[in-house]
Amino acid sequence: MSEGFGGTTAERILSARAGRPARAGDLVVCTPDLVLGTDGSTPMALDYFEAMGGGPVARPDRVLLARDHYSPPTSAATRAFHDRMAAFAEESGVGLLPVGGGIGFQVALETGRVKVGDLVVGADSHTVMCGAVGAFATGIGSADLAGALRTGRVWLRVPASWRIVLDGRLPTGTGAKDAALDMVRRLGPDAAAWTSLEFHGPGADALPVEERMVLSNMSAEAGAMAGIFPSRRGPGAPSADAVYAREIRLDLGALEPQVALPHDPTHSVAVAEAAGTAVDFVFLGTCTGGRVHDFREACRVLEAGGGIAPGVTVVVTPPTAHVRAALRADGTLAALEAMGAHVTETGCGPCCGTSPLVPPDGARVISTANRNFKARMGPATASIWLASPATCAAAASRGRIVDPRDVA
Amino acid sequence: MRVEGRARVLGDRINTDYIIASARKKESLDPAHLRTWLLEAVDPDFAASVEPGDILVAGDAFGCGSAMEVAVTVVQAAGIRAVLARSFARTYFRNAINNGLLPVTCDTSGITEGSRLTLEVTPGATRVRDRTRGTDIAADPFPPFVLDLLEAGGLVPWLRGGGAFGDPA
Ligand code: SF4
Repeated sequence: MSEGFGGTTAERILSARAGRPARAGDLVVCTPDLVLGTDGSTPMALDYFEAMGGGPVARPDRVLLARDHYSPPTSAATRAFHDRMAAFAEESGVGLLPVGGGIGFQVALETGRVKVGDLVVGADSHTVMCGAVGAFATGIGSADLAGALRTGRVWLRVPASWRIVLDGRLPTGTGAKDAALDMVRRLGPDAAAWTSLEFHGPGADALPVEERMVLSNMSAEAGAMAGIFPSRRGPGAPSADAVYAREIRLDLGALEPQVALPHDPTHSVAVAEAAGTAVDFVFLGTCTGGRVHDFREACRVLEAGGGIAPGVTVVVTPPTAHVRAALRADGTLAALEAMGAHVTETGCGPCCGTSPLVPPDGARVISTANRNFKARMGPATASIWLASPATCAAAASRGRIVDPRDVA
Repeated sequence: MRVEGRARVLGDRINTDYIIASARKKESLDPAHLRTWLLEAVDPDFAASVEPGDILVAGDAFGCGSAMEVAVTVVQAAGIRAVLARSFARTYFRNAINNGLLPVTCDTSGITEGSRLTLEVTPGATRVRDRTRGTDIAADPFPPFVLDLLEAGGLVPWLRGGGAFGDPA
């Protein structure tokens, strides 16, 4: 297995799954452990699959499809996508999450489908989040997804690796989202395009998995092919002679709460520089800010801030059924609802404008998501700021951006 | 695989929207139709001057921006079989190979507009010859399965025709 091949984490995992030594720059054919598709990418992949001649799916047990972006479907067309995926799953035996089951790659992590040293490919750019548990996880296209269904394999170019060393501990009032926004600003939008970001250092070791998921997730905003918290000794641990194209040190201890300005996730500033900016729509959820502790933290800050400010709409979307059940059980959803928040169906919610409740024209949104491009949530006239759950909740309590440490 | 043609030199960071504007895609997604506006943001006369067999020669990050596959197929619809660039955006490189457009990574800095180029791609070695200057340029190689895929015209025809990724493990 991977122990037989040296190199960086990316090289070791891809070597193991290619069955031969794979070095940065090589093109290799790999057998993924898990193949993921969404209702955004799978319908087109099924067109490709049919054009390839159809036939049985090579490894149905390694495929998981999710109906997460159109949850619930709001048009005949999106309902037809879901029906087509259901028919395909029935016929081929691949895994399919129910509508409301949640965002596929987060469900895969929650249910232990992703293991240290695994190779995960998914037709969604934020599949990289699965790197949080030491897997090499990357986004592929719909044609690749079709090829992976048919053959059980996928071709990849082995990325160069950047060693990201995290020092220090997150100060009170900051979270992994602040670290992620700070990181993507420092790296910029494309410099890391052909790279695997591999997180090391005492700061990385101290981060719980839920927080690692945020940094892995937003590696996509730096354009990276993967964002991995490597195992220290198990499969995928780098060998002593591993070669890194770059080493970058980030000091978590010096972090301030961050806010990304419209319309670019890499344009973040310390919250003090954005303080006072009026907002009228607050979105809590998504694969980035969608863990149980994120919603609990937001609820705590909102309560400390005296509830939702007049004129502010708060939308809460639990990203998975597991998160929803936990937040129901501990009273968090009830508390948020009592303050006037709208809790939607499980899934992506309005993150990419495909599900209710989408912000209205001209809305000034602050969101726990990862992207804030123009028209990302639907209306091109909306402006979107990105921040941590605590900073979003603090803004909801004031109707303007404010340092969460001044509220809670 | 051997490709000969005339160099059409472009700059750095040619994004997919420069290759084909989003506004044009609203009218139609048919590459044969869209080719009329190929690279219009760079040069409005470009599409009319393209001859089948031309080779695009670009700098860094060719194909950055959105991952739309039509940014590859519109280039092919204009009769272009290969793109040379100092570097490719990741999604463009993938989409090019999956659709049968040859993406060659090499140092393109010395190639001038209209130069005669010969590409010779064999398993494990890619040779770029600039016949106008009389120089050879080192280029990144492709393994055999990628060449098979490119020769078949992409992932769909390759798999339909019985292509299979060699047993990796
Ligand atoms: S929550 Fe947003 S970023 Fe995450 S998978 Fe859904 S649409 Fe993509």
